[in-house]
Amino acid sequence: MKTETLIAMLARGPVGVAPGAVARRLLAASLGGVAVALVVLLAALDVRADLAAAAHEPMFWCKLAVPLVVAAFSLAAVSRLARPGERAGRAATLGAALLVALWAVAAEDVATAPAAARATLVVGTSALPCVVLIAVLSLPLLVSLFVALRGLAPTRPAAAGAAAGALAGGLAAAVYALHCTETSLPFLAAWYVLGMAIPAALGGLLGSRTLRWA
Amino acid sequence: MDDAEDTLRALLVLALAGDNDAYAAFLTKSSVRVRAYFRRRLDAFPNEVEDLVQETLLAVHNRRHTYRPAQPLTPWLYAIARYKLVDLLRAQSPRRAIEVELDDDEAGASALFEGESGAAEARRDLLKMLDTLPDRHRLPIVLVKLEGRSVAEAAAATGMSEAAIKVGIHRGLKKLAAQASKRR
Repeated sequence: MKTETLIAMLARGPVGVAPGAVARRLLAASLGGVAVALVVLLAALDVRADLAAAAHEPMFWCKLAVPLVVAAFSLAAVSRLARPGERAGRAATLGAALLVALWAVAAEDVATAPAAARATLVVGTSALPCVVLIAVLSLPLLVSLFVALRGLAPTRPAAAGAAAGALAGGLAAAVYALHCTETSLPFLAAWYVLGMAIPAALGGLLGSRTLRWA
Repeated sequence: MDDAEDTLRALLVLALAGDNDAYAAFLTKSSVRVRAYFRRRLDAFPNEVEDLVQETLLAVHNRRHTYRPAQPLTPWLYAIARYKLVDLLRAQSPRRAIEVELDDDEAGASALFEGESGAAEARRDLLKMLDTLPDRHRLPIVLVKLEGRSVAEAAAATGMSEAAIKVGIHRGLKKLAAQASKRR
């Protein structure tokens, strides 16, 4: 076919596009994934029994807020990386700065605690389930976000996959916080972050292989 | 480059709002840019160029919802073209694909418009016109205005007096200006 013929063909139909298509698809994928993660949480784990009382503790909100901020930065990054020719931009730097700040406050908490209490402060009683469950809850989100990304046009697939993984991890950690009864910031800084890092790394690895589009 | 960027961007913004004529113009202008880009990269496979241009236009069409009007258009178009090029090269020769992938985006984006950009064209014209000037006008302009040397350095380098350098620049630029206005 001649190129002019192709152009004439492409330009014939309705060519308009509603603005905000990228954001709409990524938000829909995020909400869908969160819904699945919530259903899994309610079916397999249930929310913590003392949820109403916990709502008065600042740490409960902190465990929700930190993952949600991670998710917000990751969403900003992934919606840029879903477009040809764009980089993650400031969102990645800000997200990294947030983590450093979190670790600094957590280190301060550990340093000022009595020596005997330090190990408990960091490890708590549910470190391993926390990491594993956040990673598991992130899987439906990772899938829905990857499907959405394949309908967009990431030209840096590994970076786009990693950002989508971090978004999945952040949202999954926020869902998991409804179940988790830990009350220390160092626990959050260590195990929640590790739990969110797993889908981010997985997303990066899978991204370069599966985020192809034609 | 900026002119092309602004024109293409304006056309695509109109197209995304539903203007078919603007869209056809956008695709036609884009195809010229993209074809030049592929020709430069695919000297070994000239037969692939037109196929790749069409694949890129198709990808631009199918992914046009990923363009945000605030985003620079040239890198967007170029990234899609490069993505298609890497796909093709990966199938033919993995090493060349990696070379293209490692290529810096900014450098590539300007390569897309190289040779057609207003600035490059103007520079070429200027050099051509300079060649028509006699040495006593051309050398002072090249040394002082293009290479940024001082009048004293230019005088030492050419064996002319400082006054002759200054006069040479002044008269030479006047002649260039006269030539340039004649061309338009």
